[in-house]
Amino acid sequence: MKFGVLVFPGSNCDRDVVLVTRDLLKQPTRMVWHQETDISDLDVVVIPGGFSYGDYLRCGAISRFSPAMQATIAHAEQGKLVLGICNGFQVLTESGLLPGALVRNRDLHFICDRVSIRVERTDLSWTQTYQPKQVVTLPIAHGEGCYYADPDTLRELQAHQQILFRYCTPSGEVNAEANPNGSVENIAGICNRQGNVVGMMPHPERASDPTLGNTDGLSLFQGVLESLSVQGAMA
Amino acid sequence: MEIVTQTYQAKIYVTLRPSVLDPAGTAVQTGFKQLGYDNVGPTRIGNYVELTVSAADEAAASQQVDRMCDQLLANPVIENYRFDLQLAPAGAAK
Repeated sequence: MKFGVLVFPGSNCDRDVVLVTRDLLKQPTRMVWHQETDISDLDVVVIPGGFSYGDYLRCGAISRFSPAMQATIAHAEQGKLVLGICNGFQVLTESGLLPGALVRNRDLHFICDRVSIRVERTDLSWTQTYQPKQVVTLPIAHGEGCYYADPDTLRELQAHQQILFRYCTPSGEVNAEANPNGSVENIAGICNRQGNVVGMMPHPERASDPTLGNTDGLSLFQGVLESLSVQGAMA
Repeated sequence: MEIVTQTYQAKIYVTLRPSVLDPAGTAVQTGFKQLGYDNVGPTRIGNYVELTVSAADEAAASQQVDRMCDQLLANPVIENYRFDLQLAPAGAAK
């Protein structure tokens, strides 16, 4: 299985993702410069964290028009896997691949912390190696991570089980106190209706290498690996 | 035959939708309170953009600016926009 990690001017978590997929999981991985147009060799596209195009205008607003993103939209439309982390999540909402938007944190702070996240759905490639309602600890680092969706969109998200991750207390309760940034319904990550495109504010790639003391994020990448190797075996 | 175009200046205002929280606006409002302005109500912060376009007429210019706002300058999920359009003074935006 081949991973591609998009690199925009201002991306800064691209190498961390490559370290996970290439070095820890031993999968072929290449970095995809934002001007590239052909990504047909890739099975999975990861849009990493950072400040693409300086976050000018709005986070992700300009990256969305890059050639690599146009190719990623086509990749997603073929049902192939896409993961957007942090700034990558913002790019996915700006490009319309995921609903809603990410706005300024409720308390205006840039938050850099480790938070508890509850896994809401485990029947997707991405989340299948987690237990239902499992509480994991993942790092967050963002100034604009407050997920917003209007009531109609929120109802759609719920109706199609598109909420994948919620901020929660260490014991798994989803409440206002456990909400670091003011996101509606404590939403930390969602998927599209088909389930092949996932966006999340927490950084699983920063919680994958045992050296760093937390491997709660590695399962996400392992889940994808498992599902694709099963598909490969069936093909 | 030469195609005659005019240069128009657009003044574009992008504001957060009323339903979206504006913590920065709230912080500024608090600042006013600290300065002693107790009579200041809800404060909202948005973006202001100035640009020029050349177009055959005002309708064409207006249509294009509207599309540019919808595509890039505003995110319709969280923002509204409006703009004023006028003929740019001669010599502007060359």
